[in-house]
Amino acid sequence: MQVESPGIAAFMMSPTRPLARPLQSPTVRIRAHGGWSPPDLIGIVQHRELLLSLTDRDVRVRYKQTALGVAWVVLQPLLTALIFAFVFGVVAGLATNDRPYLLFAFAGLMAWNTFATTINRVGYSLVGNAHMISKIYFPRLILPLSSVCSTLVDFGVSLALMLLMLVHYRVWPGWGVLLLPVWLTILLMMGLGIGLVAASLMVKYRDVGHLIPVALQLGMYISPVAWSTSFVPEKYQWVYQVNPFFGLLGAFRWSLLGETVPSSFALAYSGLFALVCMVVGLLVFQVQERDFADVI
Amino acid sequence: MSSDAVVISARDLGKSYTIDHLKARPTSLREALRHRLRHPFGKGRRERESFWALKDVSFDVRRGEVLGIIGRNGAGKSTLLKLLSRITAPTTGSIDIVGRVASLLEVGTGFHPELTGRENVYLNGSILGMRRREIDRKFDEIVEFAEVEKFLDTPVKRYSSGMYVRLAFAVAAHLDPEVLIVDEVLSVGDATFQRKSLGKIRDVTSGGERTVLIVSHNLTTIHSLCDRVIWIKSGKVFLDGPVGPAIEQYLSEDLGRTENVFDVEDAERAHVKETALRLRRLTLNDGREVRHGEPLTVDLEYRTERNCDGVAFGAFFSNIEGGRVMCVDSDVPTSERFDIAAHTQGKITLRAHENLLQPGRYILGAVARSADNSLIDYVPSFTQIEVHAGPSTPPILVGRANEQLSVRYPVEARHENRPIDSPCGEVTDKDMTAFAHTWPAARATHDAGNGRHAAGPSPTQERPAPC
Repeated sequence: MQVESPGIAAFMMSPTRPLARPLQSPTVRIRAHGGWSPPDLIGIVQHRELLLSLTDRDVRVRYKQTALGVAWVVLQPLLTALIFAFVFGVVAGLATNDRPYLLFAFAGLMAWNTFATTINRVGYSLVGNAHMISKIYFPRLILPLSSVCSTLVDFGVSLALMLLMLVHYRVWPGWGVLLLPVWLTILLMMGLGIGLVAASLMVKYRDVGHLIPVALQLGMYISPVAWSTSFVPEKYQWVYQVNPFFGLLGAFRWSLLGETVPSSFALAYSGLFALVCMVVGLLVFQVQERDFADVI
Repeated sequence: MSSDAVVISARDLGKSYTIDHLKARPTSLREALRHRLRHPFGKGRRERESFWALKDVSFDVRRGEVLGIIGRNGAGKSTLLKLLSRITAPTTGSIDIVGRVASLLEVGTGFHPELTGRENVYLNGSILGMRRREIDRKFDEIVEFAEVEKFLDTPVKRYSSGMYVRLAFAVAAHLDPEVLIVDEVLSVGDATFQRKSLGKIRDVTSGGERTVLIVSHNLTTIHSLCDRVIWIKSGKVFLDGPVGPAIEQYLSEDLGRTENVFDVEDAERAHVKETALRLRRLTLNDGREVRHGEPLTVDLEYRTERNCDGVAFGAFFSNIEGGRVMCVDSDVPTSERFDIAAHTQGKITLRAHENLLQPGRYILGAVARSADNSLIDYVPSFTQIEVHAGPSTPPILVGRANEQLSVRYPVEARHENRPIDSPCGEVTDKDMTAFAHTWPAARATHDAGNGRHAAGPSPTQERPAPC
C-alpha cells in the first residue's frame, strides 16, 4: 500500500516497495499480498508533519493539568537519583570514591530511563492509538517513531539538567562527551527494536502489556544503573557481561563523567545487539502491519 | 487529464476474515482450564472458518463523479471503504487511485480530550493529511464554521457534545483532496448545523473536479448528493447505476412484506444509542392500500426493555428527493403521550381522518420520542409506499407522481378579463371555493399541470382547480 509513480509497478518484486518521489498526480496502488513488505520510507517522509504533531501531542498531554508542568521531566529522574543516592550511597555505602554519587546515579538513570521509556512507549504506541489505526491510514511506523521522538524530548531536558549538575560539581567529562549522540543512537535502536516487537505482539496479545514492566524491572537489576559492578561478587560478574546494556551504561558514564573507558568488546557487543534488535523489530512489525487494523 | 478519466479502479476486490470458534464451548472456568492444559499450545477443538466480507468487487469511478454506496448493515460497505482508504489490505484484487486521497470514516479521529480546541484542530488536521501551513490558512474559517471561537483555548473535554462534533466536522470539511471517501459523517450536530454541513458537503461535491465516494444509510443524502449508486449486497456489487432507479429498487425490496405491513425490528436505525423501546412493525390501513383523501391509520407495534415515560410515536412520509412531506404523530397537535413499563409489548394506533398525501410514491419512516423529545427509536426511510388516488381525488392529481401534500381550505379566486385592445374591460368578481394544492414551505415551487410557478403564502390559482 504505497504511493508510487505509475507504470513502474511491473518492475517491483513487492508492490509495496517505496520508489521514486510521487509525480504530480500520485497513484495509490493497493495490492493483495501477504507477508513482509519493507517499511514505507517515502510515506514516512510525507507524513513527517503527522510525526511531529503526534510527538507534540504526547508531550503536551503528559503535562496538562499538572501544576509543575514540564518541570516533571526534570523532577522525576532527579528525585529518583536522590533516592538512589540515599539508599545505595548513604545507607548501603556503595558510594564510588572519585565522583559525587548523585552524578554517578543520575548518569546511569538517564541512560536507563531513556531505554525503558522507549520500550514502554513504543510498546504501547499501537494499542494506545488503536482508534486511529482502525479509522485512518498513515504509515503505521509513524506511531512508534513519534514515541521515540517524545522520549528524545525528555532526554534533552535530562541532559540539560545533567550539564548543570556537572558545572555545579565542577566535573569536566572530557572530549568523550562528543560521542554521546553515538551511544544515544545505539540505545534508541535497541529500545525501538525491542519496542516494535512488543508493540506488534501487543496488538494480538495484550499479555505483553503486563509483561513489559516486569521485564524492565528485571533489566534494571541486571544493569548496574545505580551501583558500580565492582561491588558484585566475582562469580556473578558474567551476568553483567552478558547484558548488552552493560557496555552502553559504561559508555554513557564515560561520556558524561569521564569515567574509565568501557572495553571496545562490550561496546561492539552492545552495538551489534542494537542492530539485531532493530532488524528483528522491523521485520516483526512489517509482517504484521497489514493486519493491525483488523486485529487491534 | 480529461474529465472522464478513471480515477478509482477496483478489480476483483475481496477481503476474508478468519473466524475462530470452539467446536464445543467450555462452559466453566474449570473446563476451560482443563481444555487449555490438554492442549497448551494447539488450537485444540477450535475450528477455523473463513468469511468473505467482500468478494469479486470491481468498479471504476471517473473524475468528478459522486458515488454513493448503499447496502444493509453487514453487507460489506464499511469493509469496502476500509480497503479504499488503505486502513486494511485486501485479500484478493487491486485498487488504483489517482490523486490525493482523503478518507473520512468518522469525524474527530485522534481528537484528544485534554488538548484545547486550537491544539486539536492542528492535530486532527495533520492526522487527516493537511499540512501545517494549510491549517494555518484555513484556521479562522474552520473555527467560524464550528462556531466555537470563544472556547478555542478550552480543553475539548469541557466541550458540549455538540461543540465537539461541530469542531470535528469543521476540520474535516475543510479538507481539500482530489478524491474524498466519506462514511456516514454527515449527520452530526443539531438540525441547523446538519443543514450547514450538508451545504458544505454539497459545495465540496458540486465542483465537478472532485471525486467523492459516500457511504450512508440516509437515502435522502445519497439522493441529493450522488450521481451514481453502488449497492452492495452480501459482499458483492448487486447493482451499479444511476441514483434514482437504484434507490427506488433498494426501497422497494423489502423481504417478508405483505401489502403495507412492514417489519422494522431489524431495519436500520439512526441516532439510537441504546434500546429502551424498539419499534417492531408498522401497518398502514390494516394492510390495505393507502388512498388520497381517505382516512389513514398507522399501527406501530413495539416492545420495551426499560420503563419509558411520555413516549410520543410518529410515522413520517418523505418524497423521493427526501423532503419530508407529512407526519402522523401522536404528539402533534394532540399531545398524546404514553407511559410504558419495561419488558412489555404493545401497539399504538394513530388515526388521521384524511390522508393529505397526493397520489405517488413516498418514503416511510417511524419514530418514538421520549418525554424530552430525544429519540428512543428512529427508523428513517425504511421502505417506499404507494399512495393511490381516492374517489375524492381531483382528476388533475391522478396518474401523476405529485408526492406532495394537498391542504384543503377555501380559496378566493378573482377573475379579470378584457379584450386585448380595450383600455379597461369588464371585471367579474366571483367567489369560488377551490381546493388549493399547496406544498410544504421547504419546496416553494409546485408543479401544477405543466408550468412551474411559485406558490405564495396564500396561493391562488388563475383557474379554479377542478374538484
